[in-house]
Amino acid sequence: MSARLSPQAAILRHAVLLITAALILTPFVWMISLSMKPPGEIFREHFAFLPQQWYAVQNYRKALTSAPLPRYMGNGVLVCAAILTLQILICAPCAYALAKLRFPGRDLIFGLVLIGLLLPHQVLSLPLFVLCYELGILNTYAALIFPFVVSPFGIFLFRQVFKTIPDDVVHAGRLDGLSELGIVWKLMVPMALPAVIAFSIFSVVGRWNDLFWPLIAVRSESLMPPPLGIIAFANEEAGNDYGPLMAAATIVILPLVVAFLVAQKWFVEGMTGGAVK
Amino acid sequence: MRAGLDRKWPMSDIHLHHITKSFGPTPVLRGISLAIDHGEFLTLLGPSGCGKSTLLRILAGLEVQDSGSVRIGEGLVDGLRPKLRDIAMVFQSYALYPHMTVAANMALPLRMRRLKFWQRLPILGRLMPGARQVSVEIDAEVARTAKALGIGHLLSRKPGQLSGGQRQRVAVGRAMVRHPAVFLMDEPLSNLDAKLRVQMRAEIKDLHRRLGVTFVYVTHDQAEAMTLSDRVAVMLDGELIQVAPPQDIYADPDDRRVAEFVGSPKINLLDAIVRERGLADALGISFKILSDAPPGTALALGIRSEAFHLSEGAGVNTLTGAVRLIEHMGSDLFVHLDLAGLDHPLIARLAAERASQIALGQTLHLSVNPDRILVFGQDGKRLRSSGSAETPKVTPIRQFAL
Repeated sequence: MSARLSPQAAILRHAVLLITAALILTPFVWMISLSMKPPGEIFREHFAFLPQQWYAVQNYRKALTSAPLPRYMGNGVLVCAAILTLQILICAPCAYALAKLRFPGRDLIFGLVLIGLLLPHQVLSLPLFVLCYELGILNTYAALIFPFVVSPFGIFLFRQVFKTIPDDVVHAGRLDGLSELGIVWKLMVPMALPAVIAFSIFSVVGRWNDLFWPLIAVRSESLMPPPLGIIAFANEEAGNDYGPLMAAATIVILPLVVAFLVAQKWFVEGMTGGAVK
Repeated sequence: MRAGLDRKWPMSDIHLHHITKSFGPTPVLRGISLAIDHGEFLTLLGPSGCGKSTLLRILAGLEVQDSGSVRIGEGLVDGLRPKLRDIAMVFQSYALYPHMTVAANMALPLRMRRLKFWQRLPILGRLMPGARQVSVEIDAEVARTAKALGIGHLLSRKPGQLSGGQRQRVAVGRAMVRHPAVFLMDEPLSNLDAKLRVQMRAEIKDLHRRLGVTFVYVTHDQAEAMTLSDRVAVMLDGELIQVAPPQDIYADPDDRRVAEFVGSPKINLLDAIVRERGLADALGISFKILSDAPPGTALALGIRSEAFHLSEGAGVNTLTGAVRLIEHMGSDLFVHLDLAGLDHPLIARLAAERASQIALGQTLHLSVNPDRILVFGQDGKRLRSSGSAETPKVTPIRQFAL
């Protein structure tokens, strides 16, 4: 760690951090506040965090019953789990090959991965839509999962972390009789666990909150992930009824908050661990 | 003998035939041929970057040579994957698996060999027929080996919780547990502190004696090479310069570079010209030498620091200079002497009792017997006299016989 900061610098730093944190938290606080208020209180001129009349039970009941919110959340869990599993299954061997094996064209392929990292997903949406159409998987779970199973970010992150693992460990694994895939799953991935957990959080948060691609890929309500479900809910049910809508939004982000808090320790370690070596 | 070490080990002589290897345009190994006997302790000695670790990796199958062949025991192993070569290796960094316990680290090579794929599956594997029986045997063997190495009480720890010496033992244990035909060691002691290094050196020597299998040991530390080896192979710039028992490497080097690399303090080298057969001039002083080089030949005279003895006055084979530095080593005295015409000091090793007789700035006369002078030609090769009885027995490099 660097030397201790002077009191002024410490105060300044904390002030900046607190203001930034407040700016980021305000919409969430507002959301939670609105989810507990009756319709009449929501558009009052004076904002108060706590409602005068508690309406939380009604709002949350409506959110859970009038639209198939549990179904949306189930879809989200299924899609996120499938994507994450496939991403790790594909990224780890790719990253191992890029980090530890010597073959012609390796640097070129890594360059292509970096280009993949630069492209925003939206750029690819039209070709992907056409591809899904040709494959006949539009409006299925496969359409929600398939475009994300190869993650350039995952390959890049794992490759950087695997590179910090000494070659001797790979050599020892080979001498001990592990196959190359055995080295990936028995040595590399366990040794890079913080990075794997950090990547998992990124992946799950990204897919869980994704609205753009599901909007394109699925129409059937029974396949909708949570954010798309909320949009549908807002259109059909809520109109100006923001209380239940905010309650639904709160329910949707709750699993992410819990998961992040549980994995926070590894998350921070994983993001900085490989970078500063 | 302690338990677990009395098993029969397979035959394992090693033949390297004209191995070459380049990394890009840089040649690392330039045609290495070497035969290592079954049960021999051979050390590859050389400065860092001389290619000795690469040679070891080729032997292990971790690198592929550009040309040449490797034979271990009966068969050629070129193209054979490391795990099929029946060798084990101890790495400089130990290369333990940090997420596994000591027991799991040591058991892995056995599990990979004795359990089938589906028997190694994390939870299901234990339910597979036969898996439990084999696992029990493996655990017992790991425990025996760990006990023999004095790490029996550490089996449930992770490598991160161990000291350097303990990690080193675990690495040796992991190599030992599956009874390989050949042990490869890549600078295994260089991460230890000086005291532990001496202790582990003795333990490795003892291990070799008990196991009786072939050891190939890579180091840049001449003390390790001299104390451990049956034979030392000195490697410089990708070539084997000399392969001989340690005492010959020191006393009877084939090449000026070997003489310079081995020995501490470094050998004293004087440029000389042959005046007449058996007599050469260096620094304006005549030296009787045991060499048949014709007059006019440029030579280098190599004189080990302990070859000097004090003499009363100047004369043939006697160097004269002023004392610049006295290093008292306890048992010996290293005296640095400034000589006219020499830009670096001459170092002589004298008996410690002389300390009272020598002072800084004092002029000393140091004589050397002709048979203690090593004569090197212009190309660095050793020039030996053909008929001299005093030349020690020469052990030729054992070449690979076709």
